[in-house]
Amino acid sequence: MRHKTLHTLIISLAAALVAAVPAIAQQMERQKVKIGFITTLSGPQGVIGEHMRNSVELALDHLGRKVGGLEVEVIYGDDQVKPDVGKQVADEMLKKHQVHFVAGIIWSNVMLAVAPTVTEAGTFMIGTNAGPHELAGKMCNELFFTTSWQNDETPEAMGKVMQDQGIEDVYVMAPNYAAGKDMVTGFKRYYKGRIVDEVYTRLGQTDYQAELSQLRSKNPKAVFVFYPGGMGISFLRQYSEAGLRGQFPLYSVYTVDEISIPAVKHAALGQWETRYWSPDLKNPANQKYVSEFRKKYGKMPVFYGAQSYDGIMLIDSAVRAVKGNLTDKKGMIAAMRKANFASTRGKFTYNTNHFPIQNFYLLKAVAGPTPGDDPVMEIQKTVFTNHRDSYIKECGMRW
Amino acid sequence: MNIVLVLEQTLNGLQLGVMLFLMAAGLTLVFGIMNLVNLAHGSFYMVGAYLATTFYQATGSFALGVLLGLAGTLVVGIVVELVALRTLYERDHLDQVLATFGLILFFNELMAMLWGRAAIYATIPGYLSGHVELFAGLRYPLYRLVIIAVGLAVAGLLWFVVARTRLGMLIRAGASNRAMVAALGVNIRLLYTLVFGFGAALAGLAGLMAGPIHVVQPGMGELILIEVFVVIVIGGIGSIRGAFAGALIVGMVDTLGRAFVRPMLATVLSPSAADTAGPALASMLIYLLMAIVLALRPQGLFPARS
Repeated sequence: MRHKTLHTLIISLAAALVAAVPAIAQQMERQKVKIGFITTLSGPQGVIGEHMRNSVELALDHLGRKVGGLEVEVIYGDDQVKPDVGKQVADEMLKKHQVHFVAGIIWSNVMLAVAPTVTEAGTFMIGTNAGPHELAGKMCNELFFTTSWQNDETPEAMGKVMQDQGIEDVYVMAPNYAAGKDMVTGFKRYYKGRIVDEVYTRLGQTDYQAELSQLRSKNPKAVFVFYPGGMGISFLRQYSEAGLRGQFPLYSVYTVDEISIPAVKHAALGQWETRYWSPDLKNPANQKYVSEFRKKYGKMPVFYGAQSYDGIMLIDSAVRAVKGNLTDKKGMIAAMRKANFASTRGKFTYNTNHFPIQNFYLLKAVAGPTPGDDPVMEIQKTVFTNHRDSYIKECGMRW
Repeated sequence: MNIVLVLEQTLNGLQLGVMLFLMAAGLTLVFGIMNLVNLAHGSFYMVGAYLATTFYQATGSFALGVLLGLAGTLVVGIVVELVALRTLYERDHLDQVLATFGLILFFNELMAMLWGRAAIYATIPGYLSGHVELFAGLRYPLYRLVIIAVGLAVAGLLWFVVARTRLGMLIRAGASNRAMVAALGVNIRLLYTLVFGFGAALAGLAGLMAGPIHVVQPGMGELILIEVFVVIVIGGIGSIRGAFAGALIVGMVDTLGRAFVRPMLATVLSPSAADTAGPALASMLIYLLMAIVLALRPQGLFPARS
């Protein structure tokens, strides 16, 4: 009888141990920060994701492969530029990997699918590119922060530049989809001069010769365009080839960047862009980021990367503030709201909707430092100081 | 609407048309003769652009780059036929679609591994850039005129090969009755390999000419492939003549639509309605055209087997 009792006791002890193992393991897991980073890693747009992932890795190098003093694991996910795939990847990160933060996202439509999924699960969403107006306004959330901008702000800055220069008769071109129209809306919020024509082309179009013939026949004073990615490369080459470069000055947003410059080289020269960041921005964090990025990857970084680098630094600052207690979400929200980290754009503050209040600059593509170098983007002047987005009133969050 | 602008847009349409023709010619032959649906045809367009650009940069000669690019694409086409597609001729179309879709992914990732995901620099040599004053008020980019000339020359050459040579006779025979050609003792496998290789080289030619003015990056071929399928559906599957007519029609309709649909709508609708409907309608035109052709002449305008 006694023997049997002992036996039972041992078995129950073993069973208890087995049951406890996952709990113990989980406790050990808690000592590790898990970040799910979603971006586009395949297809033609995969080049943006590559820059973002490289910048995340560089940030981790700079932090000694620790975030907030804790071990860190970053799980990368590929959204394939599809909202449904992005949501699926986010679900997997939340349920299977039990991440503490989801970060990344290039595309606004993907962001609108992923952000609610993540914040509803009580997890932080740190956007490092897309800034759809819904998230700045009605859909703002205390668990959502972004290290980029709201979509309208960059074209707003360009609208102001062209308004201030008193340019009349502007010809506007953009791809025919939501972001294309948003960019033009943002531009028109500050540009009040005459618009000769507003042309929307097919998304993903590669040949613009027909539109350029129309443009020339209208004889505008200047041209404003939004052509991201491969569309921008085609457009710039054809604009130069058609001999329009010297005829009509070209102003753009998200058309010329460090990804497209190596592909267009001289065809980019003289291009005007507005942006919140540039590789030549003079502050210690940025100089370190740019020089080490060039050293490690052999190319110029691009704003997508700078934002992703900042995203990891923001997470680091929050985990550090709560001394590694990842269950203290209130504490981490409070810490993030201070934006207490060395950002590549320099010191900035958060607005109540968790979008940065920051400067916007006018950039120009100029010849590189030595002959034979690719053109580089150079800051010409500050367009907006401490600029806020236009959707803050629709956001109910107060702090 | 001034006459010079209409002329210029017609040239633009012609240029897009010959580009589409170069792609469509190979695709339609492969479809017509081997009964093979080749979704990976756009990959040869991409391979041609990458190879020519790289050879141009390595040798410093555009002409040499073009020649080596063409030869390279021909070889790649032949290898793909020998290794991957040969086993697919007897399978049904769904298997072919799956396999050639796989090839698209394979080639896109291969280019990304070899050249990186970012678009690569491609440029026009000095002697081909600049403008030609065709007549007063119409300056047209020289390079685009060259594309038109090359496209028309290739179309003429293809016509000659198909209509006047023994190889062309076999190709036409193969398109109308494969089994009979094989029964007559023609090495149909060799014919298939040759046709496929040259089809790939034509796509490569289109790609390497498009490279310097479009964008050379992984996945560039898929952007044009859909329009090429529209072309061969309109023209009639398997017919070079159909591909030529279809390509010119699609090129013209697409270009003139993009240029003039919105201004024309604006004369009957309110400006804001024209702004919304114009771009949408312009990008739908070629598909509407395809639907009309399919409804009235399902075999296409110039079917190979009549």
